[in-house]
Amino acid sequence: MTVILETKSLNKEFGAVIAAKDLDVRIAKGEIVGVIGSNGAGKTTFINMVTGYLKPTRGEILFNGKSILGHSPRAITRAGMARSFQVAQLFPEMTVLDNLIVALAAAESPRPSFLSPLRSDKRVARAEDILREFGVENYRDSMVTAVPQGARKLVDIAMALIGNPQMLLLDEPTSGVSMDEKTGLMDTVMNAVRQHGVTVLFVEHDMDVVERYVSRVLAFYSGEIIADGQPSAVLADERVRDLVTGHRPTHKKGNGAS
Amino acid sequence: MRFDKTEISLAAVAIACVLFGFVSPGWLIFLLTIAFAKALVVQGVVMQMRSGLVSFGQGLFYCIGGYTVGMGGQFFGIHDAIAALSLGMLVAIAVAMVLGLLLTRYRDIFFAMLSLAFSMILFGILVKSPGLGSTDGFNVHNWTIFGWAPDGGESSQHTVFTLTVLAGLMIAVLIHRYTKAGIGVICEAVRENEVRVEYLGLSPRWLLYGNYVSAAAVSALGGGLTALATGHVDPEMAYWTTSGEFIFIALLGGLGHVAAPFIAAVVFSVVRTYAIELVPHTWQMILGFTLLGVIVFLPKGLWSLVSRKKAGERA
Repeated sequence: MTVILETKSLNKEFGAVIAAKDLDVRIAKGEIVGVIGSNGAGKTTFINMVTGYLKPTRGEILFNGKSILGHSPRAITRAGMARSFQVAQLFPEMTVLDNLIVALAAAESPRPSFLSPLRSDKRVARAEDILREFGVENYRDSMVTAVPQGARKLVDIAMALIGNPQMLLLDEPTSGVSMDEKTGLMDTVMNAVRQHGVTVLFVEHDMDVVERYVSRVLAFYSGEIIADGQPSAVLADERVRDLVTGHRPTHKKGNGAS
Repeated sequence: MRFDKTEISLAAVAIACVLFGFVSPGWLIFLLTIAFAKALVVQGVVMQMRSGLVSFGQGLFYCIGGYTVGMGGQFFGIHDAIAALSLGMLVAIAVAMVLGLLLTRYRDIFFAMLSLAFSMILFGILVKSPGLGSTDGFNVHNWTIFGWAPDGGESSQHTVFTLTVLAGLMIAVLIHRYTKAGIGVICEAVRENEVRVEYLGLSPRWLLYGNYVSAAAVSALGGGLTALATGHVDPEMAYWTTSGEFIFIALLGGLGHVAAPFIAAVVFSVVRTYAIELVPHTWQMILGFTLLGVIVFLPKGLWSLVSRKKAGERA
């Protein structure tokens, strides 16, 4: 098993509040890991620390065996770890196509050109391919503000995948998306992820989505990991049922878990 | 090198302006020269506005450009206008490279006030420098272009007007390309969502830094041309009201097109000239009402009149 991401005794304190306590996590290459937990359990704090948005109070973060502690988000992105956000982070006054073109240019070079046009034929063609891959080609020329939430989420994730990351962290990819759209969205994302061969860690509140798509679950509660293992085992765990899910799992047959 | 429709239109307008210069009266030539030179400074303000930053201190680079031209001629024997203007841009770039390290850490009102602070520091230094004429400033030495010396009066006026129009054309074409290039578009992306830009693996700070330094060079060119046109520089060039004037013109024109600052600068100069003529003691009130009218009725500036017409034609 090749470990792609490892955290050692990761802690985050906001004054007297302990948002993350001694988090020891090892993610293997190719795994699809779900992170569950109630609000304030420390899931997003964990993602924010790993992706450089928050600096841990103590602990170590290794990506491909190298420390990324204290690295900037852009350095971590360039190292091969991308992320999406709970609220899709796009450029609202640009079209969907232009959002992708900006991401393509960023993936090509950290130093954008001063005089060459950003919108080259090659980039437009590539962006159109991505739009088709994510099933949002109908929104090609729409301003982001005019696009439904589900499509925005897909564009957000597509932008994260453009740089060919080795690992993708998704923060609640289905939040704000209707029940009907959730499966379609996750199928699209997982298909893209499989094609790119990306390791995925995603935060999710919908247990049906978790059971359906992940091979492993981390259950957070009050800044700690209280269970780690296969979805069926974690979701059946007494503490997880009491503190996180509050219900018994439905054990749907997964078609997305690797 | 290929030129697009906008660039060809800009070149056509520039040629028309140069030809117009041969038949128009001296006062109008002077008014247009100052307006176009100021429009270059405003281009620097607009470049930063596109990235979400408003500089209340662009007078700093306007003043640096002007004083470098003046000091080059007076103290260092640099009489060639092109060399002096280029030197002014280089000095502005050097200063911006230092100040930008600090300024690009800040956003919103903090950036605005800090840029103003640096401008006022230069104002203070110049006011307390008797060797540079203190509050009176000093006159710019007679200048040449590639060894040719205009014989003063109208000849100088026409020469500096032509130089300003050509410099304006060159900068307009470059900025037009810049706004469509990687850095231009991604600076707009920084304005819209800095977090996303960072998570695309880019440094918003260094993008803004590059933009700030480029804007400084453009604004210094405007300052240098103003010095050549007026034959005089003084610390007022760095004063906060001068910087306010550039923001006024930027808002008047809008961010919609590279030509907007030129149009707005001419409108501003005409309105101000006539306002001073009509109501010498309360001309600022006329300017105030003009800005009020533009903000209320044309929030995207005068250029929105053109873009609306184009949109109407398309529909």
